[in-house]
Amino acid sequence: MSDDTLNKALFEFLCRMGDNTLVLGHRVSEWCGHAPVLEEDIALANMSLDLIGQTQLWLGLAGELEGAGRSADDLAYLRDAFDFRNLLLVELPNGDFGKTLMRQFLFDGFQSLILTELTRSSNERVKEIALKVKKEVTYHLERSSDLVVRLGDGNEESHRRMQQALNELWPYVGEMFIDEPEDKLLSEAAIAPLPSSLKARWETLMRPYFAQAKLNVPDEGYAHKGGKHGTHSEHLGFILAEMQFLQRAYPGSTW
Amino acid sequence: MYAQMVKSTGHAVRALEDMEPQERAFQERINAGEKIEPKDWMPEGYRKTLVRQISQHAHSEIVGQLPEGNWITRAPTLERKAILLAKVQDEAGHGLYLYCAAETLGVSRDELYEQLHSGKAKYSSIFNYPTLNWADIGAVGWLVDGAAIMNQVPLQRTSFGPYSRAMIRICKEESFHQRQGYDIMMKMAFGSEAQKRMAQDALNRFWWPSLMMFGPSDKDSIHSAQSMAWKIKLNTNDELRQKFVDQTVPQAEYLGLTIPDENVKWNEERGHYDYTDPDWNEFFEVIKGNGPCNKERMDARVKAWEDGAWFREGLMAHAEKANTAEAAE
Repeated sequence: MSDDTLNKALFEFLCRMGDNTLVLGHRVSEWCGHAPVLEEDIALANMSLDLIGQTQLWLGLAGELEGAGRSADDLAYLRDAFDFRNLLLVELPNGDFGKTLMRQFLFDGFQSLILTELTRSSNERVKEIALKVKKEVTYHLERSSDLVVRLGDGNEESHRRMQQALNELWPYVGEMFIDEPEDKLLSEAAIAPLPSSLKARWETLMRPYFAQAKLNVPDEGYAHKGGKHGTHSEHLGFILAEMQFLQRAYPGSTW
Repeated sequence: MYAQMVKSTGHAVRALEDMEPQERAFQERINAGEKIEPKDWMPEGYRKTLVRQISQHAHSEIVGQLPEGNWITRAPTLERKAILLAKVQDEAGHGLYLYCAAETLGVSRDELYEQLHSGKAKYSSIFNYPTLNWADIGAVGWLVDGAAIMNQVPLQRTSFGPYSRAMIRICKEESFHQRQGYDIMMKMAFGSEAQKRMAQDALNRFWWPSLMMFGPSDKDSIHSAQSMAWKIKLNTNDELRQKFVDQTVPQAEYLGLTIPDENVKWNEERGHYDYTDPDWNEFFEVIKGNGPCNKERMDARVKAWEDGAWFREGLMAHAEKANTAEAAE
């Protein structure tokens, strides 16, 4: 395998990591000033801030590796939807606060597992970012799992909402564990794990929380997919139209 | 400072010799620069005025998340987005310290929210203006936080301990906010023609509402006189407004922007800039609820609170279960 092929695979992978955090960070930031309690306004702004910071690291490295002079900002603001590599899960609309929390929880579980693997990556730069980011994500999972448990095992209404959120989001979980051709290359080079190899661990990690939350885990079922190679839901186009407005309307400006 | 026209007792300030011994001792402690702490005796008027003022400030921080939050998803770079998120998070944090300070006076955060949502409690008029272009985010930091700092810096010395300590923390963060706002303004004012136009447009719209932030002249107000005697308020509105104008005019000149008031000019004799008073009719209309965004701001806050009821109740139910389980063990 040529270095070029591996580099291209790594670029794709870094875009997946960075686009996941960028798009989820965008969605979480939409709550700003609208959360159910003041402490949650603070927590969500903090989460979003972490996610945007992580985006700068992942997309920054992607741009560097590509060697075409694109910065993290260029990648975030000047690609169209079909070049985005995020999971469909993170671009779904927020829904109620329960759905936002559940989406975060499902993602945090996956993210914490993949980052653990990446802290052992054969690529030093990837390893370095993973070591830094892992600490934040450990905290994110602690927070989201705690709230999912408390609301799932709260009162009838909170339980109903959390169960509904899980049911609605469940078809978007499977995409996390699909192996793309790039994943195979990266796994052979010990740079990143095969997503499918994380599935059993994800179940082991998440099932006890679902049990504590008294939530029924839906059957395997159908998995929506496409995000990882650029076929998205209709939602992403609107996210980008909003996010990229200034860069598109006033190209080449310094902000 | 985000408190405007805070009502005090409505009575003229009494001389020390006309006070009962307890009140006189209290006033003498204030005169000597001592801090009053929550468990100390205090006149009912002092407590009520403080609750009004601190909660008005807290509400302003909370409502203030909305006009700035309006641009988070559209911030032009990842760094600007991160800075803005951090700033809005700080504002929510300020709200939290201030509600805590108010709680030491025997009023709960829920009660204060109820007053905000019912329209009984006010928040600063400035947050009823919209943020329409990206330079507005710069102008809010530069002018709105700049005006807030004018009032908050002296309040670090206010007589009520918890309020003074909250102000010390808040001031540190506000000065950072103001610098980041001015930094945006520099990028815009020294940027492309389109960016300069945004910067001037933002200044045109935020100049007058910023002057109104200090409230109308209160040199003859009995409410302000009482608050000043209690060191809840340390300067008159006109003093602070003048200070703000004197600081801001050279900053606008440096940016090459024009203050939308042709009467702004240096007065050698006074040692201050002259300026035109803002349109107080507009101010009173905004206070009454007729500003461009009053309804949207309040609807957004009420909706957040009502939509979040299930979340708060669910958490309470879980906590009660956990307590019952613990008691049974």
